[in-house]
Amino acid sequence: MLDLKEWRDSLQGRLRPGDRPSLTVGMSTCGQAAGGARVMAALEEEAGRLGLQVDINQTSCIGMCYAEPVVEVALPGKPRVFYGHVTPERVPVLIEKHVVQGEPVREWALVQVEDGTVPYDGIPVMGTSPYYGCQVRVVTSRLGLTDPESLDAYVATGGYEALEKVLRRMTPEEVIEEIKASGLRGRGGAGFPTGLKWSFTRQAPGDKKYVVCNADEGDPGAFMDRSVLEGDPFTVIEGMTIAAYAVGADEGYIYCRAEYPLAIKRLKTAIAAAEEKGLLGRDILGTGFNFELHIKAGAGAFVCGEETALLASIEGRRGMPRVRPPFPAQQGLWGKPTNINNVETYANVPFIIKNGGRWFAAMGTEKSKGTKVFCLTGKIKNTGLIEVPMGITLREIIFDIAGGIQDDKQFKAVQIGGPSGGCLPEDKLDLPVDYDSLTAAGAIMGSGGMVVMDENTCMVDVARFFLNFTQAESCGKCTPCREGTKRMLEILTRICEGEGRMEDLDTLEALARVVKNTALCGLGQTCPNPVLSTLHYFRHEYEAHIKDKRCPAHVCQALLVYTIDAEKCTGCGACARACPSGAISGEKKQPHRIDPALCIKCGSCMEKCKFGAISRL
Amino acid sequence: MADVTLTIDGKQITVPAGTTVLQAARDNGIFIPTLCHDEKLSPWGGCRLCVVEIEGMRGLPASCVTAVGEGMVVRTASPAVIEARKMMLELLLANHPRDCLTCSKSGACSLQDYAYYYGVRGDRFQGEKHDYPLEEDNPFIVRDMNKCILCGKCIRVCAEVQVNNVIDFAHRGFNTRVTPAMDLTLRESEECVFCGNCVQVCPVGALAEKASLWQGREWELDKVRTTCTFCGVGCNLEVSVKDDRVVRVRGYDNPLVNGGWLCVKGRFGADFADSPDRITRPLIRAGERGEGRFREATWDEALEFTARRLQEIKEQYGSRAVAALSSARCTNEENYLMQKFMRAVIGTNNVDHCART
Amino acid sequence: MAGLAIAFGSGAMTNSIAEIEHNDVLLIIGSNTTEAHPVIGQKMKQAARRGAKLIVVDPRRIELVEHAHLWLPIRPGTNVALINGLMHVIINEGLVDEVFVAERTEGFENLRAVVQNYPPERVETITGVPAEKIYAAARLYATTERAGIFYTLGITEHTSGTSNVMNLANLAMITGHVGKEFSGVNPLRGQNNVQGACDMGALPDVFPGYQKVANPEVRERFAAAWNCQLDSTPGLRIPEMIDLAAEGYIKAMYIMGEDPALTDPDITHVRRALANLDFLVVQDLFISETAKFADVILPGASFLEKDGTFTSTERRVQRVRRALKPRGESRPDWQIICDLATRMGYPMHYDSPEQIFAEMAGLTPSYAGISYARLEGDGLQWPCPAPDHPGTKFLHAGRFPRGKGLLQGIEYQPPAELTDEEYPILLTTGRMLYHYGITTRHSPSLESYRPEEYAEINPAQAAELGVQTGDKVTVVSRRGRLVTKVRVTDRVPPGIMFMTYHYKESPVNILTNAAFDPIAKTAEYKVAAVRLEPAG
Repeated sequence: MLDLKEWRDSLQGRLRPGDRPSLTVGMSTCGQAAGGARVMAALEEEAGRLGLQVDINQTSCIGMCYAEPVVEVALPGKPRVFYGHVTPERVPVLIEKHVVQGEPVREWALVQVEDGTVPYDGIPVMGTSPYYGCQVRVVTSRLGLTDPESLDAYVATGGYEALEKVLRRMTPEEVIEEIKASGLRGRGGAGFPTGLKWSFTRQAPGDKKYVVCNADEGDPGAFMDRSVLEGDPFTVIEGMTIAAYAVGADEGYIYCRAEYPLAIKRLKTAIAAAEEKGLLGRDILGTGFNFELHIKAGAGAFVCGEETALLASIEGRRGMPRVRPPFPAQQGLWGKPTNINNVETYANVPFIIKNGGRWFAAMGTEKSKGTKVFCLTGKIKNTGLIEVPMGITLREIIFDIAGGIQDDKQFKAVQIGGPSGGCLPEDKLDLPVDYDSLTAAGAIMGSGGMVVMDENTCMVDVARFFLNFTQAESCGKCTPCREGTKRMLEILTRICEGEGRMEDLDTLEALARVVKNTALCGLGQTCPNPVLSTLHYFRHEYEAHIKDKRCPAHVCQALLVYTIDAEKCTGCGACARACPSGAISGEKKQPHRIDPALCIKCGSCMEKCKFGAISRL
Repeated sequence: MADVTLTIDGKQITVPAGTTVLQAARDNGIFIPTLCHDEKLSPWGGCRLCVVEIEGMRGLPASCVTAVGEGMVVRTASPAVIEARKMMLELLLANHPRDCLTCSKSGACSLQDYAYYYGVRGDRFQGEKHDYPLEEDNPFIVRDMNKCILCGKCIRVCAEVQVNNVIDFAHRGFNTRVTPAMDLTLRESEECVFCGNCVQVCPVGALAEKASLWQGREWELDKVRTTCTFCGVGCNLEVSVKDDRVVRVRGYDNPLVNGGWLCVKGRFGADFADSPDRITRPLIRAGERGEGRFREATWDEALEFTARRLQEIKEQYGSRAVAALSSARCTNEENYLMQKFMRAVIGTNNVDHCART
Repeated sequence: MAGLAIAFGSGAMTNSIAEIEHNDVLLIIGSNTTEAHPVIGQKMKQAARRGAKLIVVDPRRIELVEHAHLWLPIRPGTNVALINGLMHVIINEGLVDEVFVAERTEGFENLRAVVQNYPPERVETITGVPAEKIYAAARLYATTERAGIFYTLGITEHTSGTSNVMNLANLAMITGHVGKEFSGVNPLRGQNNVQGACDMGALPDVFPGYQKVANPEVRERFAAAWNCQLDSTPGLRIPEMIDLAAEGYIKAMYIMGEDPALTDPDITHVRRALANLDFLVVQDLFISETAKFADVILPGASFLEKDGTFTSTERRVQRVRRALKPRGESRPDWQIICDLATRMGYPMHYDSPEQIFAEMAGLTPSYAGISYARLEGDGLQWPCPAPDHPGTKFLHAGRFPRGKGLLQGIEYQPPAELTDEEYPILLTTGRMLYHYGITTRHSPSLESYRPEEYAEINPAQAAELGVQTGDKVTVVSRRGRLVTKVRVTDRVPPGIMFMTYHYKESPVNILTNAAFDPIAKTAEYKVAAVRLEPAG
């Protein structure tokens, strides 16, 4: 029988040999997209050229997506140093200086992890660095630091301690009690207490039960699930195995969108490895407990993130939500009691079991415990993946972790919760991030997408963007979501094109109210949120579009007017040459004019003018 | 099951647990409109026209898929409910042709009825409308997807009653439509058996019997209940007639037999009655036997001739030289008379019928 | 029906259509239900959707196979052997309902002895059905409480038709699956009123209600009611009529609403017989193939144009109501018969079909309680012996009409015609969804959708002949030849082809074998040996 402790002990020291340098490349989707593979090839080539005895490995995303490709360089007995923006061209310098000469390249270094060694001067230490200082890494604790495809690495870092504890020393009821004690709430959006959900499935009558992991992450700008699956697939698998034991299931599905090929590949690798070691499948750890886990690749419908639609999709039917009750806990997959949680929820489970529910409950706020993973995107300096304790303020996230707004522009709004979420203005920045505060303010926690907008963002256009998304992704089952979002989108488009009328705002609000009140599923009920929140916080922008035919952020093309300031114009003709539609005319050395009837508002003239004579109104 | 007591529009109502709010209301004479609901099909909850207000529940739940609860307080016509229903009708009409003047469904159309009931003109939104081509490449059913309100009844009847699963929703959002796989027509799909049960459940004019178009308005039809002639199942038919012509045939809901459902022959085959091939006058052979040449005769002549010849043969060769085939397609009364005729009039038991064809 | 009459003492569907959706196992044998009885087919598929298990016995991969738990692809004409195989498993594995057999049946030892010769492994060699499927089907059928048998002409239209039916009755009886709800032995009647035509005594040996003409008491009662003399000798069955007409003994025929010149087997022989008559009167809606031989054609009215009743396959008597006036000068058949009788010196007059029905019900015990007034609702199922009787949902509760059910061992006999080198392909025939007899050929909509025959042949045969779907072939049997288009499909296995009988342009009964079952006199439409030639 597998002795986990013996295995774990045997791994100590073997995992990081310590007697030769290691070079590790972030090879998650973000790293690969930024050129990680080319960097890795360059590292191999350079090390080969120099005949260096080094280990070259891959890891996952450490969270600083803005800095990819990220390369970790570690020398025996020295801290692990993470470099950002590494290019193949920088590789020879990096190897020469750090590996050969033993001196880190400080101007390229992002952060170091000291691991009990003496830190280098002049490089921020992870725990106190600006990016990581406010973070508490639980679910993401292995990301970027271990090989996600290595079960050895997982076990060496405490993996499967929780499952062993559960199977050998806890009853299913005790597991559920521990989860309840932790206060963990579903990380997929609605925030339903996880322990309670498990107890429903456990109590539902039936011999056959399922656990399902919702990894159909579809919100624009959200990649929490992908990062966790790519970075630590074993945590999710272990969490699901524990959940299966707790609810009485022997089979599970991970519903992962097919657009995440790397996550699926790593999950497959991890499942095969766990099965080989008897950590998954029949008679797990010799305890007689069976759990078979499948992956189902989803086919790209946003609505399949809704749990009943997701179940329909696994069953091979069109992903369309159905009315609850009955809830999946009573009648789920193929009519059997089914527990559904999302990736982050399951990923928290092994940590809660290992450290105790009370440890988890000590983090966060009264009603929102633990940490939450967010994806920071939009007009901020540091985009990436972060994990913060519940209750942290939006200001801390946006200005401390994310480094504030790009180009030091003005913050305008932050959109939280994906298409179902809302846009919060500056005066909500000191709101603590927890389920209830966000809902009260008109946004939702959602799964953790956070899009930051600056002064150059038109809020009407933002509402239009999200409505366009929800309309295109509406499953079409219920009238309000299918037809209502279409008419809302048409009205928003009309306003953006300067054709809006003031009564449109009443119609929009009436439509939003009806859709919210009557749509069948959570997606339909929340899809008016971007409209309602922008109407609430940024009504003046709507009015400017309608009454003044003006887009304050200069985004809505139809409302833009380009004019040439005759005072500043030198008559050089550069603008006229750049204009693709022949809208600019004028005598040489004389001030030029733009014919608004011909202008297509492309902005080329403004870019070309060296004298700042062209302005956009 | 135990009973549950709830209040609907101030009225105390006791119904069995598990009953839907819709059913409880309707059983007690309280009006709630529905488009996608059908008692014979699985619950759907898609049209949202049946929304009601229930104290303590978020939003406006659909009464067709909400089970009653003890002490529940339901309002079926509060301002929020009425606003929502009117909006739902506006939204449906915004994407629906305004051809009620000539629509075959006019007078029996749920959408028309509810629009009238709620005073919704359907002109609040002036946006994009679908412009799908009419599907009329088969002889039985015309599909006008511009009129479809996506209630999904046809899909459910195809999956749950006919169990053929020919059609389903495809595409998303505003472009959602009901179609066979790969956007083929019913005929092209080669899966459709043209039972036409989808036509029968369609609440609007999206599906229609091809032969019935332009043949009669709903209120001009006389309806006759009868029994189908195309196999031994005995499906009950509702034959709609105008000016001595069959306009259409639908299933009559005899719960013990066909429950209102039919097959292609029962629904669409009645047009044989007006086939130009029908014999409409007695015929007497004009050429050689088997040649197939006949001349028309009066009933008097034909019957007199027949009676005389049968009498002659009976007298010359005996009763047993005459034989008759009765018909498994004729009525009981006619079969009874045929055997009586052979036994009592001709005097032989030479009567049989072929339990086939 | 003869088979059930021998086994139970009465031949009709034992149970009701409404019970199907509550069955847990449906053994469907020789019935392409979704095409021949589409609305019952719906109910079977609904049952399968709910979780009921279908056992489909059919040589073709019919639609129900897609919904089936088990498909037993049987070689046509080998039903007796297959059923013996099923009973072999049931008897030898102790799955017999001992109490039912002891209390309700007789003859079990004889059955047991015969069945011992049919171990599934041997049955496999006869029927082509894998032995393990025979075991599985037998166990499933025998151990399920609500298990019903459904069959149609795939069982009866064989020289062994009566044996097939009796053997199905054996199977149901030894497992106790008869005489209660949700099981039974259920022949699905093909035509709208086959049941009624039989009930009404349109048979050579019985008066209405299956009262024997040979029984003097019965005869006396009818003679008194009808005020006439009655012949005590049973009359001729169709094949005998045809043979005797061909030989010149039958001189005149009166054919109402049937087309033997298209739909009887070996129609060359039938046509010769019709041509040989001195006088033929045909009463029909259309000039059928038979009517072409007539001296007089009398135009009848269609079901839409008259009042009356039909009795459906589940013994349900239901009203037919006039929706249209008779077309042209056509008249309801009952009026024509009355006029003819009157002109022949037997005054026959009724004001309405209701009056005829009342006279009939007065003479027919199983219909005695039925009247038009009572039929205003959803119909009544016979037996309904009294005006306050609710009708009978399922038959044989407590006892069979003959007392104890008769178990009788039956040996397998091969079909009358087997394939050989000259005629290597087995032709089997049947209906298709879009047509019913020949009436539907006159329906503009149905006819335009399915205007011609597409004989089903297996891809192997198609490759041999070098034909594709839509190409024409010549089909030749010992009795005749015809040309038809083909559909190449694996719905039929290699060595078997399928045709319908709806098309006079490719009249399949030129090919079929008139050999008939010795008891029921039903011909072997389902098995004929043929060969295929390129159409030239």
